[in-house]
Amino acid sequence: MFWQQESECMDRKELEQLQLERLESTLNRVYLNVPFYLKKFDEMGFNPDDLSSLDDLGKLPFTAKSDLRENYPYGLFAFPLREVVRVHASSGTTGVSTVVGYTRNDIKTWSNLVGRVLTAGGVTADDVVQISFNYGLFTGAFGLHYGAERVGASVIPMSSGNTKRQIKIMQDFKTTALVSTPSYAMLIADTIREMNIDPNSLSLKWGLFGAEPWSDSMRRELEQKLMIKATDNYGLSEVMGPGVAGECLHQNGLHISEDHFLVEVIDPETLQPVKLGEVGEMVITTLTKEAFPMIRYRTRDLTRLMPETCPCGRTLRRMSRVMGRTDDMLIIRGVNVFPSQIEAVLFDVEGTEPHYQIVIDRKGALDDATVLVEASEKIFFDEMKKQKELIDTIKKRMASELGIAVEVKLVEKKTIERFEGKAKRVIDNRKL
Amino acid sequence: MLRVHNLSAGYGSLHVLRRLSLHVKPGEIVTIIGANGAGKSTLLRTITGLLRASSGEVLFKGEDIQRIPPEQVVFRGCSLVPEGRQVFAAMPVRENLLLGAYVQHKRGKRDEVAHDLDRVFGLFPVLRQREHQLAGTLSGGEQQMLAIGRALMARPTLIMLDEPSMGLAPLIVKDIFHIIAKIRDEGCTVLLVEQNARSALKIANRGYVLETGRIILEGDAGDLLANREIQRAYLGKDLDGENK
Repeated sequence: MFWQQESECMDRKELEQLQLERLESTLNRVYLNVPFYLKKFDEMGFNPDDLSSLDDLGKLPFTAKSDLRENYPYGLFAFPLREVVRVHASSGTTGVSTVVGYTRNDIKTWSNLVGRVLTAGGVTADDVVQISFNYGLFTGAFGLHYGAERVGASVIPMSSGNTKRQIKIMQDFKTTALVSTPSYAMLIADTIREMNIDPNSLSLKWGLFGAEPWSDSMRRELEQKLMIKATDNYGLSEVMGPGVAGECLHQNGLHISEDHFLVEVIDPETLQPVKLGEVGEMVITTLTKEAFPMIRYRTRDLTRLMPETCPCGRTLRRMSRVMGRTDDMLIIRGVNVFPSQIEAVLFDVEGTEPHYQIVIDRKGALDDATVLVEASEKIFFDEMKKQKELIDTIKKRMASELGIAVEVKLVEKKTIERFEGKAKRVIDNRKL
Repeated sequence: MLRVHNLSAGYGSLHVLRRLSLHVKPGEIVTIIGANGAGKSTLLRTITGLLRASSGEVLFKGEDIQRIPPEQVVFRGCSLVPEGRQVFAAMPVRENLLLGAYVQHKRGKRDEVAHDLDRVFGLFPVLRQREHQLAGTLSGGEQQMLAIGRALMARPTLIMLDEPSMGLAPLIVKDIFHIIAKIRDEGCTVLLVEQNARSALKIANRGYVLETGRIILEGDAGDLLANREIQRAYLGKDLDGENK
């Protein structure tokens, strides 16, 4: 099923022509209307008139999160505020928040692109979609909301939190599709079990999860517990919000809406493009955004492009699930470790619950990483020997997966904090 | 059908078009709107080879038509209706139209000319009435119809029109645009360059906004029509005086 088949299955040559046209007009617009880009392009000696092909993208300057902060709130808008019909902002937990805007046309495009993601994930006009993202300045809820309406589904603007009520609504309203972060979906799944509700009695069919990195093992667990087909989707407010990319039902990478976003993958150290298919930091240039265009935005998200064709028929290239963020990457004793790798191991081991936290300390000159993981009740009341066996198994798997030794501690169920939005998995006590 | 890639052109040291790309798909009306002096006519002149590009390429059905003489471009199915009609004033309407059929003769399709003439008269009944009148005695609107009819006589697959509404009364403009839409519906692809942005966007599938030789916006014609910045700049709407 496609939402915009002509665009999603476009001939690659045609796509490249369209990308070039759109890149040209975007560059002309930002050069004309955004002093920040005018200055930056001039400093680099780049003039939009010099662009001769898509390969010239590399001549353009990067835009970083800090540029958005320095131009807070409206400095990077390319359309006057009177044409802006919506404003969103990032949470600002790590500093000044970043503000983005949308014209009427932007909202229409956004809804359609989310429509593509939802349709690829199984949702149709017949579905009842429960949006359990937090409604507010964050783009997740409203993005999915407008997309689901566009597709014609019945939308329940549930917001996150109050998990028991979520489940009641799910039962009463016969929700068929759940939209949330994967960690919140897990909390919902666990609560369903605690309430002794048979997941078969629910009408759930689809789960569309995003806004944080998660693993395939977590997918399998969510699919079993909620009796759904779960797909991953990707987006970030700086370039639009959700709808940048989404998995189809083949669950093998996320199709990027390349007719609206130009994607590069670079080495975050050298800033040079990596070879096609290699892992690196994703850099995104918007091709159709009016109010808030972005040129070569450094997402900090690590992924790789998958140039192989997908059996679903979409010609839009896929990206792998986001493996982590360059700023989430933990360097433990010199080894790069992503929380998602640790998660993958934990999900594969019997006897643990899918709730964990990674605590990093520095003892003397050495980093010390401890993984706290909730053990299932059965194990916890078992003899010490079984517990020790479990710890040893996890340690061994971690060592082979990560290449470093970590401490593992079993904790009682429900001792690790639960999250209704994005989960906080890492506590870094090192003073670096 | 038509793919313009990174096209630059100008007159001597005067650069008019700057690295411009656009495309036209079969069966579409694509319009290029922009103010006077934006480079619209230069663009059409460059596409048809009347003006040499300083860089870039123009692919018509996959072939770079920059390298071939203009009459060959017409032969391959791409016709231009020039700005200001440029009909042969001292010739009767019928002769003007038959001149357009010149390439049909070269294609060895002489026997289809009578049928094509009928088709043009079907589209523009007024031309049949004036068949034997000198073109110079026609009104502006009729001359525009004649210019379009003449282009159609070459059986183009892509017809390019340069400001067909120029200097015409609003009612006539409406007729002309109605006929352009009909030409598209009959299977001929259209590239329409216009200052009358509203009329053009109303019948077009997609549009490009040209400003000082650069494309600054592109998209579905409906979206462009709804774009308030475009309304302000090109559709002459006084939005601030509007009831909010």
